[in-house]
Amino acid sequence: MKRRTILTGAIAALGLATGAALADGHAKTKVGFVYVGPVGDGGWTYEHDQGRLAVEAEFHDKVETIYQESVPEGSDAERVITQMALSGADIIFTTSFGYMDPTNAVAAKFPNVKFEHATGYKRNTPNVSTYSARFYEGRAVQGHIAGKMTKTNKIGYIASFPIPEVIRGINAAYIHAKKVNPDVEFSVVWAYTWFDPAKEADAATALIEQGADVILQHTDSTAPLAAAEKAGGVIGFGQASDMAEYSPSPRVSSIIDNWAPYYIARVKAVMDGTWESVDTWDGIAPGMVKIGEITDAVPADVKAEALAMRDQMAAGTYHPFTGPLKKQDGSDWLADGEVADDGTLAGMNFYVEGLTGDIPN
Amino acid sequence: MDLSAINPILLVASLMVAATPILLAAVGELVAEKAGVLNLGVEGMMITGAICGFAIAVETGSPVMGFLAAAIGGALLSLIFGVLTQYLLSNQVATGLALTLFGLGFSSLIGQGYIGIKPPSTEKLDIPLLSDIPVLGPILFNHDLMVYVALALVAAVWAVLKFTRTGLILRAVGENHDAAHALGYKVVRVRLLAIMFGGGCAGLGGAYLSLIRVPQWTEGMTAGAGWIALAIVVFGSWRAGRVLLGAYLFGGVTVLQLNLQAAGMAIPVEYLSMSPYLITIAVLVIMSADKSRAALSAPACLGRVFHASS
Amino acid sequence: MIRLERRPSPSRFWTALTPVLAVVATMIAGGVMFAALGKDPFEAIRTIFWDPIFNEQFAAFSRPQLLVKAAPLILIAIGLSLGFRAGVWNIGAEGQYIMGAICGAGVGLAFYPAESFVIFPLMVIAGGLGGFLWAMIPGVLRVAFRTNEILVSLLLVYVAEFMLASMSLGLLRNPEGAGFPGSRNLKAYPSAHNAELIAGTGMHWGVVAAFVAVIFAYVLLSRHMLGFQIKLAGQAPRAARFGGVNPSRLILFCLGISGILAGAAGLFEVSGPAGQISIDFNVGYGFTAIIVAFLGRLNPIGILLAGLLMALTYIGGELAQFMLGVPAAAIQAFQGMLLFFLLAVDVLSNFRIRIGRREVV
Repeated sequence: MKRRTILTGAIAALGLATGAALADGHAKTKVGFVYVGPVGDGGWTYEHDQGRLAVEAEFHDKVETIYQESVPEGSDAERVITQMALSGADIIFTTSFGYMDPTNAVAAKFPNVKFEHATGYKRNTPNVSTYSARFYEGRAVQGHIAGKMTKTNKIGYIASFPIPEVIRGINAAYIHAKKVNPDVEFSVVWAYTWFDPAKEADAATALIEQGADVILQHTDSTAPLAAAEKAGGVIGFGQASDMAEYSPSPRVSSIIDNWAPYYIARVKAVMDGTWESVDTWDGIAPGMVKIGEITDAVPADVKAEALAMRDQMAAGTYHPFTGPLKKQDGSDWLADGEVADDGTLAGMNFYVEGLTGDIPN
Repeated sequence: MDLSAINPILLVASLMVAATPILLAAVGELVAEKAGVLNLGVEGMMITGAICGFAIAVETGSPVMGFLAAAIGGALLSLIFGVLTQYLLSNQVATGLALTLFGLGFSSLIGQGYIGIKPPSTEKLDIPLLSDIPVLGPILFNHDLMVYVALALVAAVWAVLKFTRTGLILRAVGENHDAAHALGYKVVRVRLLAIMFGGGCAGLGGAYLSLIRVPQWTEGMTAGAGWIALAIVVFGSWRAGRVLLGAYLFGGVTVLQLNLQAAGMAIPVEYLSMSPYLITIAVLVIMSADKSRAALSAPACLGRVFHASS
Repeated sequence: MIRLERRPSPSRFWTALTPVLAVVATMIAGGVMFAALGKDPFEAIRTIFWDPIFNEQFAAFSRPQLLVKAAPLILIAIGLSLGFRAGVWNIGAEGQYIMGAICGAGVGLAFYPAESFVIFPLMVIAGGLGGFLWAMIPGVLRVAFRTNEILVSLLLVYVAEFMLASMSLGLLRNPEGAGFPGSRNLKAYPSAHNAELIAGTGMHWGVVAAFVAVIFAYVLLSRHMLGFQIKLAGQAPRAARFGGVNPSRLILFCLGISGILAGAAGLFEVSGPAGQISIDFNVGYGFTAIIVAFLGRLNPIGILLAGLLMALTYIGGELAQFMLGVPAAAIQAFQGMLLFFLLAVDVLSNFRIRIGRREVV
């Protein structure tokens, strides 16, 4: 059992061979993508695939893109990534948190292939980069609009799993809703799924029936928006993709994942030979997070404030987690004017003061 | 925690909506199983119905046409199962699972052009006067048509199985296919029709998801509803009335647990999420432990291959 | 008029030939589908069936992966096949697989970071025990209250999935994982790592266990009294009762053994190819194994072959996806077709086809 898994000579040789081919400057740069869902999920994977298509549109016949969809995060991921590396890919994007360990394991075997892992934190070898988006910036804008728009002062939040990414979103939205509307209350429903349209619809309905008139969602389907439309007088936001088919109302705005600029830049870096391992956490400023059109269902002054906040974040003059802020238990977190550091944000596992209920576990 | 925020009337009304897809699929599977056919492909037929209904509703602009297409699509897919199990005498459990696999893949292939589209909306019936009755109004008379169709189907299946000659033949085929054959009934034909009825109902259930309850098309959107429908048939011990009870119980607990969460109930979320499954099991255990109730068992020929060897 | 006449015993000739026929038929039908999708049908078929084993670029890696992918399927299917023969319907192997993984990994993680050769055997025992206990729930309910085991075992899959999510977010979460879900990676913990026994062969303890299970089941069914009882109970339940078979004991035995094997499969997977407990650890092996069991005609050798064939279509399907851009959905539909044909041609080994009028007896 003490044996370290080592490669057969054949694979190692192939790995080197594929890498060597790039150094020769072969004609096409081969770019691989590993997706966790089907490209037709209309949300997370769909937007990554839009990024892939943007890479193709940018470089035309200088690139060849390959992808594999619906790759489970368990034992299959490592094999899929290895096979992709063996096929001669120069750079591989693995687009789900669960691919973190498999990506690093394969990267160790293929030193000449570049790996980019989304939403993770491990970069064990110099050929691994990580990237993620500061979706909480978008959540802050949503929170502002939600706080202004609610009449019942009750905002429903459909959360997926209790992980830092989701908790960060809840906090960011709550802080900014509270700021403009001190009476606002959040009810959070944990769906324990990223994607189950029927359950999302039920969750939205439950929240609406209990008086929520704004629904925020951190799950990927349009079901909550449809429930909002059916109920009438309720608004919501697009998640992951624009969900424009529900505008101007109930969808009053959206957070869009926009991976295209990053993917294009990284592929370009491989072509130019300037690629190096980095940890990217981009927000609104470079365009990785986009705020979808704010519709006319939102009063002009609220829209203007929301856009102003977006622009301040883009300019770097405003951070959504700026003190004074306390944690839910009343202990101090950020002093007046202090800005949260990325480490705390990345591993956020607490609610801010004012939110009710417990985070599961 | 604010439990008063939960409105029991709205709760009942929304559990009826939540339960409708599984109810439709379960009542169809009930008929197939009564005829002695165990079709584990409900999930595959549901998702095929979901995309067929969605595509046709979008193309024609008519949800009614969509539901019709969904029933036809589900029935056609079930025909593959029917031919394999009835004429080629393949194993029903394996064929049903293969049908689910095929249906999931096939539906995504058809559905590639239908992502991010909104289907034409189905109006609520909102029956005047009746829907204004306090309490009963919103519960009973303020739904979309399919909720009533599902209930009517349950009633029809119950009546047909219990009172008609057709029902008698169907049950005879399911209980003892050799005897039924000896009496001159066309076992294979009866079963094929039952399978197609099951497929059609599953298709309707799928379309209810894609056209009314969600409404959108995304790959894998049934997310396991077909499996729950299968469990509900067993839960209902192969009786239409109890299938209705089972579907409403499951739908009810699902809706209730989300409502309790939204109201800030201090029960850990994991346990609340598990509750629909656990409560369904617990209720079945209580029902099956009661020995005074006779024959909770499945149709005697369920899942068995029929071959007229004489 | 075409009709079927039952053979006195299955034809050996057709039993050997039918799988080949089915594969050929699938190639034709699948080829038509691939052509309709605008892909070269010959290339697609070659990629799925030939490349994983013989392509010089991949085969050195992919060929051993067949064993890795097939092992859990075979292990679970062997256990299920005993129950299916006896008329005990365990549809919930997926849940037992998950519970085995949780219990086994839990034991391993409890010892972290101690190194000892006893840890892995303890994990295997805990894994088997976890699956066993989970399978005993439908078993005991069936025996004590006549509760239908199909329903209970199936619904317990969902309960197990919530347990898995809860464990990856709570008790078993990696304390050094910055609040992200998922346990420590057992691959980085030598005492708990189910590594390859001989590098580059794919052979890990789970593969060994699968082979042992095949032999065990073969001997049980052909040589042992219990095997006879199992067959009798399935074919003639009443005769079995008169013949001294204790139905309750048989139900518990069948569910128990399938639970143990499914739980062990989960443990071998989590400590080997998957490496960690995570929210999406399970990938449906428990359901696919039901197909494998019937495809192998509930015969241990047949299950071995069926498991390998399924593994081939998975791995070949992966290659076809990213090499040729075939959508994952088409691969799924293709697998469905293969199963349909395999099940359909089975009729030839058990029946004779007679054309013409029925002769009067």
